[in-house]
Parts: sequence; C-alpha cells; structure tokens
Amino acid sequence: MKKEQLLDLYYQMVLIRRVEERGAELYQAGKIGGFMHLYIGQEAVSTGLIAAREPRDRVITAYRDHGVAINCGISADSVMAELLGKATGMSKGKGGSMHMADTSKNMWGGHAIVGGHLPIAAGFAIGDQYAKNDNITICMFGDGATNIGYFHEALNIAKTWGLRVLWVCENNQYGMGTAVERASAVDEIRQKAEGYGMKNSAVNGMDVMAVYEAAKEAMDFIRKEGQPYFLEINTYRFRGHSMGDPERYRKAKEVKKWQENDPIGIFNKYLLDKKVASRKALDEIEARVEEEVIKAVEFAETSPEPAMEELFTDIYAD
Amino acid sequence: MAKITMREAISQALMEEMDRDPAVFIMGQEVGVWGGTYAVTKGFYDKYGPDRIKDTPIAENAILGGAIGAAMVGQRPVAELMTINFAFSAMDYVVNQAAKLRYMFGGQFMLPLVIRAVGGGGRQLGATHSQTPDAVFAHFPGLKVVSPGTPEDAKGLLKSAIRSNDPILFIEHATMYQVRGEVPEGEYTIPIGKSKIQREGSDVTIVTYCKGLELSMKAADELAKEGIQAEIVDLRTLRPLDMEPVLESFKKTNRAIVVEEGWKSYGVGSEIVSRIYEEAFDYIDAPIIRVAQKEVPLPYNRTLEQAALPQVHDIVAAAKEVLK
Repeated sequence: MKKEQLLDLYYQMVLIRRVEERGAELYQAGKIGGFMHLYIGQEAVSTGLIAAREPRDRVITAYRDHGVAINCGISADSVMAELLGKATGMSKGKGGSMHMADTSKNMWGGHAIVGGHLPIAAGFAIGDQYAKNDNITICMFGDGATNIGYFHEALNIAKTWGLRVLWVCENNQYGMGTAVERASAVDEIRQKAEGYGMKNSAVNGMDVMAVYEAAKEAMDFIRKEGQPYFLEINTYRFRGHSMGDPERYRKAKEVKKWQENDPIGIFNKYLLDKKVASRKALDEIEARVEEEVIKAVEFAETSPEPAMEELFTDIYAD
Repeated sequence: MAKITMREAISQALMEEMDRDPAVFIMGQEVGVWGGTYAVTKGFYDKYGPDRIKDTPIAENAILGGAIGAAMVGQRPVAELMTINFAFSAMDYVVNQAAKLRYMFGGQFMLPLVIRAVGGGGRQLGATHSQTPDAVFAHFPGLKVVSPGTPEDAKGLLKSAIRSNDPILFIEHATMYQVRGEVPEGEYTIPIGKSKIQREGSDVTIVTYCKGLELSMKAADELAKEGIQAEIVDLRTLRPLDMEPVLESFKKTNRAIVVEEGWKSYGVGSEIVSRIYEEAFDYIDAPIIRVAQKEVPLPYNRTLEQAALPQVHDIVAAAKEVLK
C-alpha cells in the first residue's frame, strides 16, 4: 500500500474515533435520541475491510454503523447530521444512528434487526449474479448475529447458489452483555462456516493491516471463484454495548487489557516504526480531524430540522 | 373475451411480464422443476431456465430477504410463498424490511418486489395452513396488499404489481384457482388501489374481496330471488384502501354488510365499518354487520371447518338482517 493510502487509513480511524467521542457527548447532552452504539475499539475492522473493496462492491452492516459509514466515504457532516436527526443527514433524519446508508457510495445501511440484514446481503448478491457482474457484497455483523436463524439461511443459500458475499463476523466477544461462550455452540465463530462448506479464516481485528490483507485475500477468492467467504475478525468494543450500558458483565481488568491493544495506537506505532510518517505528520492528521469534527458538529447543529411534509414522503415510490 | 381460470390468469400475467421485462424473475419453493405447488408456474422452468425461475431452499427468510436485496439493487423479483402461513416464518421481511427500508433510508432506493402468497381455508389443511391473515399485513404502512377475486382482476392487478416500484403482497386463495371468468383479450393492466363495483344493486351494499367476492356473488343471486338487489363492492386492494366506491354505494343503499374470510376481530370488516362511521355517519339506516370466520383456529374435520368459515347462507342472513 502506498504512503498516501496508509495515511488515509489512519485519518479514517482517527476520524471515526473523534466523531464518536463527540457523538457520545452530544448524546449525554440530550441532542441525540434513540439508541447509539459506539464503534470505539473496532475501528481497524471496517477501515481495513473497506480499504480492500472496489467502489462497485456493496457494504451492508448492523446498527454499529458510524465507522462503516465514514469508511465508505460518507462525510462526518452527514453522519453527525443524521445523529442529530437533521434534514442534511444521509437518511434525511429518518434513520438515525442505527440506519446510516448512502447508496451512491455503495453503503447500504445500517440495519438494526440482529441478523436481519444477512438474507438481504444475499439478495444483493442474487441481484448482482442475475445481472452477471462480479460485484462483491461485504456483509458485516456481530458475533451475536451468528446464533439466529437468519444467519444460517443466508449462509446456506450463499453457498448453494454461489453468491459473491464476504461474510464478516466482527467478534467483539459479547452479544450485548452475553459472552460468546454463553451464547454460541462454538467459541470460534468461523467454525460455523465449515458447516456450510464455506472457505473461511480468522484475523486479529486490532491490526488494520492484518484485516486489510485478510480481506484482500478473501475478496480475490470470492471474485475469482464466484463463491462466498467467511471472515471472522476478532475485536473488542471499548465502550458499552450502547450508551445505556451499565457493563456488569465484564471486568474492568479485561477492558483495560484490550484497551492496551488500541487499534489506533497499534497503527500509529506501525506507521512510525516503518517510517511511513513522522510523528509530526501524524499529529497533523489528528489536528485536521479535530477541526473536521468541530465543523461537523457545527454543521449538524445549524442544519434545519426535516420539513413536516417529510413525514409522509418516501413511504412508496409510486 | 376469453374465459380462463384464475390459475391461467395468474400464470399469463407472470409470463407476459417476464417476456416484457428481463429484470423480472421468480424465486420460491418448487416454482421451477416441480412447476409450482399450485401449478401456476408449470412450464416456466423449461421456457426461462434456472436463472429466471429460481428454486429456493425451504427457507422463507432467505427467499424474502433475498428478494428484497435483489429488488433494492434494481431487479424485479417475484417471490413466491407456498402459503401465506409461511410468511409468519419470515414476518420480519414482510413488515419490518420490505415495508420500511425505503422510508428509513430517506427514499434512497426503490423496492420493486412482489410477494405472491396463497391464503385461505377450506382445504382441510389444519389450523396452521388455513389462515386468512390479510388484515395483519394490511396494517403496515409501506406495504401494499392486493387480493383479487376474479381472473380478470388477478391478471391485471398482478401485471400492475410487477410493474410497480413498491413492495406488494399479492394474496391468492387456495380454493379459487379453478374459478373461471372472462378476461380481456390482449394486453391490459388494472390499477392497484381501486375498489370496484362487481354487481349493481340498490337495497344493500356488500363490501368484500377475494373469496368473499365469490361467496357474495352467490348470495346476491339468492337475495335477488327474494327481490333484494345487493350491490357488491370488491376492495381488490386492502392497502391503499379505496373507500370511494364503498361510500358511494352506501350513500345509495344506506345499509351494508362486510364479508371477509378472516377472523372478525380486528379484521378488514372492522376497518370498513369504522370508515363508514367516520365518513358517512349521516347515511346509516341500520347497524352494519360483519360476516367473517368464527374465532377459532380452523379444524381439520370438513364439517367443523366449513362451520367456521363464512358461507353463502351467512351472507344472505346478514343482508336480510340489515334490511329489517
């Protein structure tokens, strides 16, 4: 990867982190409603993954979607505006935190029914297969989604029909507050793909370069073979499941241990060690991000509320 | 005008639309090699091949989720549910996904999807396979629900549904595939969301649809023998609901009954009666009666099953009651 690309990945990861930190403050201040699930700690996952896609490849994810949106090229302005429910958000304020999409950037949401978007991801690939192109659908979901029926129906049809889907399980060790081993028949989630005869692997999700390499390899396979691939990415969310999480289910010591493996810190060190960038250059990126986030908050706060007529638009196309 | 069966009408609609638009394909259980469990897609697999006639696993979430995804990215799938009872296995896709995704993402994409589903009782299939849950689905904004009662309407409405850019649940009745009716020669469509007067009369309005239409037409013949002229309004589409012909008819007759095969509580009849009260209160000369299924899960035994389903004589009795 070229230097500019590497620095861009760093920029994306820091941007996600700062947007969410400000988002959390705005949530506490009552300016953001509903549920909000932070991606902090998992930034390397979507950043590495989406860096490996072609623009024509589709991305669909679960409700922990702010980071994915940013990686897909949606602006911090638009993300912040959607969080605040403003007309300038990418879903015109009708979707909120859990439903961020911009189909022009091939980001198809933001889906909040656990596992519900997996058959839809298969459907994108059915559509692409029918259109006889070799687009890939990258479908991200949590470990919790692998225990629900949707997951199994989607994987089964993907393998049976030869659909170009990269199934990405972001194993952040907990489905809400229930640890993987308390909810899943197998601790190593990728074993589930074995049951469907699907090629699979696992990768350390705190290392953006490792994620990128694994995703690239998987996508090469999918494109070439016309078959799905299952990638388990091990990661950890540093914050609670959502903003209202008392975190009784995990110990501070465990959280601290993972936080020592901060994906941004790891990548920062990588860039310095490999002499890709100087400390000054990285500081400049961080300063640029700070400014961008301040502007995004200002943009969102000064953006108009959706017009009352919007209540009745977009229900039907005809 | 040619006289064809409901099965032929639906089959013709599918074939004509597949010939017209290459984006249209069919997916569902046994739609291909088998030829359709109700033989609607017989011959399709040989004509169109496996790419356009997709036999799916028995996995309703994959069928409907898959069809929704394909529709979102520009195809025009017709997903078939072997029976509407299986929609409950994939309820999320009907009422949560198909009905809401466009709105939730601010109209960024269209969802041109038809879900064909067979409903209805009367075939001794037991309680879980015999339901008429149309009202459940009609409850949800974002979905359109169509349920024709004649071959002409079935063909014209299905063609419109396939051309529509919105998700449409198209409900057929398991006992009506052999019903024959006149169908116009050549190309035609019928607009979704338009009720229709299927029989004119001046004494009492019968509001109904689908199987209820078949029964109500017979009841109207019976009533006519006794000098009672019933006017039958066929809803054809449950959402969006076109009340104009209903209200027009009611303002003429001032008396109405509503006939549906589903359960009475919280049903289509409940909605129609409320709307008449809200929109034509001054025209009401008698309490409006709902004819519907008894409030029981449908039993297997034929006699018991028929006793639970609305019958022609129930409709005749209800019409006479509102005319007292």
